[in-house]
Amino acid sequence: MKYLDEYRDSDKAKLLVDAIHKKVTKKWSIMEICGGQTHSIVKYGIDDLISQNINLIHGPGCPVCVTPIEKIDKAIEIASKANVIFCSFGDMLRVPGSNTDLLKLKAVGSDVRIVYSPVDAVQIAKQNPDKEVVFFAVGFETTAPPNAQAVFIAHQQGVMNFSVLVSHVLVPPAIKAILDSKNNLVQGFLAAGHVCTVMGYKEYEEIVSKYKIPIVVTGFEPVDILQGILMCVSQLEEGRHEAENQYSRVVTREGNAKAMEVMYEVFEICERKWRGIGEIKESGFRLKEKYSDYDAELKFGVVNYSVEESGECISGLILQGIKKPVDCPVFGTKCNPEHPFGATMVSTEGACSAYYLYKEKKL
Amino acid sequence: MCLAVPGKILEISGDDPQLRSAKVSFGGAIKTVNISFLSEAKVGDYVLAHVGFALNIIDEEEANKTMEYLKLMGDVE
Repeated sequence: MKYLDEYRDSDKAKLLVDAIHKKVTKKWSIMEICGGQTHSIVKYGIDDLISQNINLIHGPGCPVCVTPIEKIDKAIEIASKANVIFCSFGDMLRVPGSNTDLLKLKAVGSDVRIVYSPVDAVQIAKQNPDKEVVFFAVGFETTAPPNAQAVFIAHQQGVMNFSVLVSHVLVPPAIKAILDSKNNLVQGFLAAGHVCTVMGYKEYEEIVSKYKIPIVVTGFEPVDILQGILMCVSQLEEGRHEAENQYSRVVTREGNAKAMEVMYEVFEICERKWRGIGEIKESGFRLKEKYSDYDAELKFGVVNYSVEESGECISGLILQGIKKPVDCPVFGTKCNPEHPFGATMVSTEGACSAYYLYKEKKL
Repeated sequence: MCLAVPGKILEISGDDPQLRSAKVSFGGAIKTVNISFLSEAKVGDYVLAHVGFALNIIDEEEANKTMEYLKLMGDVE
């Protein structure tokens, strides 16, 4: 496929690996933000190919992983109701709440459906006027405009039996929270290419100058990631700190204004709890007052929930790069993708799950 | 979650600005994709699609620049 195959080419990857080896003279810790990048790094063995001097820290950029457990419990409570059709992207279905998950709920008869697009859920609502159709609106800035567009369309067409359970998260506040942590090890970031497809990278320019840290907007294929690492390491070795763009074939500095327009029409910024990390100020989206009729939490009265996470899980330390998945005593034994204890094992894009899938032999 | 896939626009339809859609070929698999965020998209463009929405048009010139840069690296070797 055009725009995929050439970025998986082994000759190009080797050139970049050699260039990274030549460039690196010191030890550096670089965080890839996005779970999709973590998945590629571990799947293609990029962390084993590049210099031992580069420590890749796997960041919190998997919205499935960081959705707080109480939000999953709310989804389960709503989906259990007799007149509800609960729609979600497939990757949320296996995420465990306190007692069960959405897939198990479907197995015992609840109407839980996987949709390809949030607009499909609006369509289901129109086809089922006697049911309440709820869409689980999870994701980063990449997914926020499509989810906002679904709410906007429902509002415009007067589809009142549609609502959304919102758990949107934002990347820049998470980067700042990591950099403000007293335990921070990160010296450079690979920013999430698809988030920046929507948002551009203007907002990172303030972060690089305030924290004096390089940020390189990076794609997802092996050649993209290796080039992003080379650009980041070059900045570190040369003492520069700039917002650079490796993924220029789809990312512009300004981003997609039309996508942002509908996103800010429907959503407003709020405090958000991240599974494995905790509350981060101004790090999420909620529906604006104007669209509160579409808020599933209000519609079904599932507002106040608080749940304690497993004490055995070290995902918070993994997300900060202080520990690796293999440092965890329950990794791959009591905690595995079938029975995940916490954030980094619940989705294939989580660091623990990627290590379990691709690095099992090293245990 | 933020997975997005490149595909080529074969056909554009719909007048409603929120529901403007295109048939997009992803290596031969054809899906309908909402293109309401890309008013300038035209048949033949490659777009990056995520959850049924095209998020941006892929810039061929920028893609070529990256490939040229890598080719140059190989030549220097």
